[in-house]
Amino acid sequence: MTTDRPIPAFDDDASGRKLCLICSKGSLDMAYPGLILANAALNEGIETHLFFTFWGFEIINKKTLGRLQFSPVGNPATHMPTLLAGLPGMQALATRRMHRQLAALEVPPVSEFLEMIADAGGHLWACRMSADMHKLTLDDLHDRVEGIIGAAEFMEISAGAQTLFI
Amino acid sequence: MLATIAGRPVHVDPEGFLTEFDEGDEAVAAALAADIGIALTDEHLEVLRFVRRDYRERATSPTLRRVAATGGFDTKRPFVPFPKKPAKKMSYVAGVPKPVGCV
Repeated sequence: MTTDRPIPAFDDDASGRKLCLICSKGSLDMAYPGLILANAALNEGIETHLFFTFWGFEIINKKTLGRLQFSPVGNPATHMPTLLAGLPGMQALATRRMHRQLAALEVPPVSEFLEMIADAGGHLWACRMSADMHKLTLDDLHDRVEGIIGAAEFMEISAGAQTLFI
Repeated sequence: MLATIAGRPVHVDPEGFLTEFDEGDEAVAAALAADIGIALTDEHLEVLRFVRRDYRERATSPTLRRVAATGGFDTKRPFVPFPKKPAKKMSYVAGVPKPVGCV
């Protein structure tokens, strides 16, 4: 078709691109970077895998994923005096505040975010060693987690991918 | 820049997205969809109507999350009619700017 105007090449640039995100942290503020990047990648048609390891298991453990916490302790970016940050109730307060901020931006809660990622074709993997350490099986994890895999299997899955450790 | 879409003059940005909301309609949408290899069906139109309604109310292109959460569309569904890059494709065809939201 001849045209006098630009047409976006939507299907050209992402072909063959693959992204692997290693999620190793279990705090609320460190759970979201991986989830948001995964979602953005999937919206761009990029094959995306998330590998949850060590404390990152909190994000996919059914028992903890709904109550991830944000702590201002040891985080100078909150600009809160260190002693104050450690006061009882401060973590709960900071966590509630962050939940409110996330909700205002229409960022879904963790469980729904994992659903959304899986619906968009993203792959969720749990780390074998972390599962063994915490004595967890697939039944203990979010329903959309595809499997528990070892580091060697992750190497196979991540072959040729851009990989980020979060 | 000024382009001709569906037989009439329409303003588009350097990427091809419409810049004037009021110049978009279903005839223009059909032409834009054809550009990117999509033949519009009722399923597409349902999503596109939501995108345009939402843009009219908020002056921001909805993200995929918003299409699902507010529009009531299944999170899987936008990927079916608008494969690979649903958020960008639905904005392009609906005649609204490229979405900038992160989720």
